[in-house]
Parts: sequence; C-alpha cells; structure tokens
Amino acid sequence: MSPVRTVPAESAAASASESPDRRRSAWMAAAQAGDRRAYEKLLADSVALIRAVARRQGVAQDQLDDVVQETLLTVHRVRQTYDPGRSYDAWLGAIAARRAIDSLRRRGRRDSRELHDEFALDNHADADDASAAAENEQRARRLHAAIAALPPGQREAVEQLGLREHSLSEAAELTGRNTGALKVNLHRALKALRERFHGEP
Amino acid sequence: MENPDVMSDPQSHAALIDRLGTELVPVRRLLPPWLRTAGWLLLVAAIAAGLLMHYGAGPMLQRWAATPDLAWAGIGAVITAISAAWAAFALGVPGRRAAWAWLPLPGALLWIGASGLGCLRTWIAPGTEVAGLHQTADCLIFIIAFSIPLSALLIVLLRRACPLRPVLAAVLIGLASAAASASLLEICHAFDSAATDLLTHALAVAVVVAVNAAMGGRLLSKA
Repeated sequence: MSPVRTVPAESAAASASESPDRRRSAWMAAAQAGDRRAYEKLLADSVALIRAVARRQGVAQDQLDDVVQETLLTVHRVRQTYDPGRSYDAWLGAIAARRAIDSLRRRGRRDSRELHDEFALDNHADADDASAAAENEQRARRLHAAIAALPPGQREAVEQLGLREHSLSEAAELTGRNTGALKVNLHRALKALRERFHGEP
Repeated sequence: MENPDVMSDPQSHAALIDRLGTELVPVRRLLPPWLRTAGWLLLVAAIAAGLLMHYGAGPMLQRWAATPDLAWAGIGAVITAISAAWAAFALGVPGRRAAWAWLPLPGALLWIGASGLGCLRTWIAPGTEVAGLHQTADCLIFIIAFSIPLSALLIVLLRRACPLRPVLAAVLIGLASAAASASLLEICHAFDSAATDLLTHALAVAVVVAVNAAMGGRLLSKA
C-alpha cells in the first residue's frame, strides 16, 4: 500500500498532521457521502491493516488475500454502520477478525473432509456430483478449460460461487448481478459441465 | 473476472477496490444505538398505551400496592427490555465491545429475583387471585404472541446493521422482546406470581430466547 499524504478538498479535516486512524476516519466519512476517490484510497490503505489482523488470528499465508477480499466486500456492504466519531481502525479490525475466523473455520471444515479439491462445489447442496471431476491435474486443466468456454454469465457464477467460495450475496455484489441470476447461471453452468464430462470421462 | 485461478494480491485487490469504487453510492449513516433503541421502544410504548386504554391502570396499580414485589419485578422487566435492546443495537456496530452483552444483567436479576421472591414469600400471596391452569396457558400465549412482532422488528432493524456475533445478538433480541412482552402482560395480568404462573413466564421467556437464538442467528449472520 502507498501512504497517500496529499489530501484533496474532500476531507479538509484530514490534514497531514493527524494520525493515520483519524485520516482514514475522515476518508470513510467522505466515502459515506459518496466520495469515490476518498473511498478507493481508504480501501487501498486498509489492505495492510486487514492482512495484519488476519495474520494475528492465525490465517495461513495463502489465505490472507481471500480474507482481504471478503473483508473489503463486507466493509462495502456495511459502510453505513461506521460512526466517524469513533476509530476506523477498530471498526475495520472487528470486521477483519470476523472474516479471518470464518476463513479458519472453512479451512477446518474442508480439512476434516479431506477434500483438497479447489473446485469445492460441495458447498452448494445440489452440486456434489459435478465437483468430483477434478481428481488429477489433467482433469483439473480440462475442467478449467471447460469453465473458460462457458458463456460469460455462467463462467462468472462458477468462478465466484464455486472457485472463490463467495456467498451468493457477496458474488452478487462483486458481479453486479442479482442473486437469482447467479443461481440460474450456476445451475446452467453445472448442467453444461456435467453433460460435457459425462460424454468424455 | 479475467483470471479465475490466480489470486495474486495487488492486481486482484486493485480490481476489487476499483469495482467497489464504481458501485459507491452515498449511504445514510446508521443512527446511534440508543436512538435506534428508542425507536423500538416507541412501538412497545404504543402497545402499552393501547392495553392501558383497554384495561385501565387501576387493576395494575392495586395489585402493585398489595404486592410490591410484583411492582419491582415489572420494573425489572422494563429495565431488561430496554438494556437488552440497547445492547443488541450496540453489538450491531463493528468494533463495539462484546461486554455490551452484560448490560441487561442487572435488570434481569431484579426481574427474576423480585418475581421469585414474591413467589417464595408466601407461596401464594394473600388477597390475590390464583391462576388456574387455563389462565397460565393464556400467559404463555400472550408472551410468545407479543414477542413475535417485537423480535421481528428488532431483527429487521439489526439486519441494516452488522452484528458480527449473530447468535449473541439474537439472544439479546429474544431477551428484549420477551422482557417487553412480560412488561406488557403486567398491565392486563389478573393474578399474583404463584409458582405455576412464574414457571409459565420462565418457560415463555426461554422459548422466545431459544427460538431467536436458533432462527435469528441465521437471519442476522449474512453480516
């Protein structure tokens, strides 16, 4: 992250003499009013904080970026709950800690099932039969190729819900599609994949 | 989404931040927890006013004069309702301490203690009517029936917030609405806290809290 010291008109309160927490707080206040530049600076500034919190919670190195993304999405969704009179870092830290714990739990669940398949569609009740596909690297490659060949909407649904394990609402936020469309697309995509792999085992 | 299986941080974070930036719209800041609590209490007060208009304050005050323990229990229930709702709203704001969850404890102790004492003192207080089995069932239904809309409103209000501990928040919601319903019951209650009656109240409160914990937790956990 790059510490941005130049403070434009959107937050006259955030002068360079203030603490980073105060500065972020002023940015969030501006973001709540719709200031996109302040918001993007704030989120970029938050990445390192989130990583630090996640690491302290014991999240593994390769999971840190996931926690960062989940936390940024949550921040976006609940930004109306921030009270500029209070610490931004404490607010962000609480959200990041919760997402870190979620990630650890997910990890634990996955390990206990001995399922190291990244195409973990088992999180979605009716997709168990399709997810067994990628047993070895070659099959995984074929699967990825098949996913890449899907129509854009279906591919997006599989990537967001299947590969990245985002929840429906998070995926909806990320893609700008509604949850209904995502569900339909996921089902169509799974159907297409199933048909494709059924023909050539 | 160009690159599904590469999670290299700087680019994908930058892409996400950019996307969230484009989606940014101004939001109305959440009111402070005490104000949101006051909003919910307005509904409770409206119901109380309706019940008072129907039944009048006379019978309640007479009962309280005869058995002060009951009055204390009623006050305890009101305090529990207010503090549990306040704690639930406070826990809806990320970064607030979990210690907020203890806020309803003093009120709850007064509520439980006073109704328990009133019951133990003489087993059945003299000069008041004893509840029959039929009437106790009415109490149970009353508390549960009033708790449903009160809980529902709290859940709706809290879903706009971000309860990071959804089950704890749901337990507090259950406690707040059960306590509020028990307070409302005071207005139209015809009998003293006999053992059976007290047991029914305890059962009703337990049911409301448990149902909220089981269902409310799920309803709130999208945060």
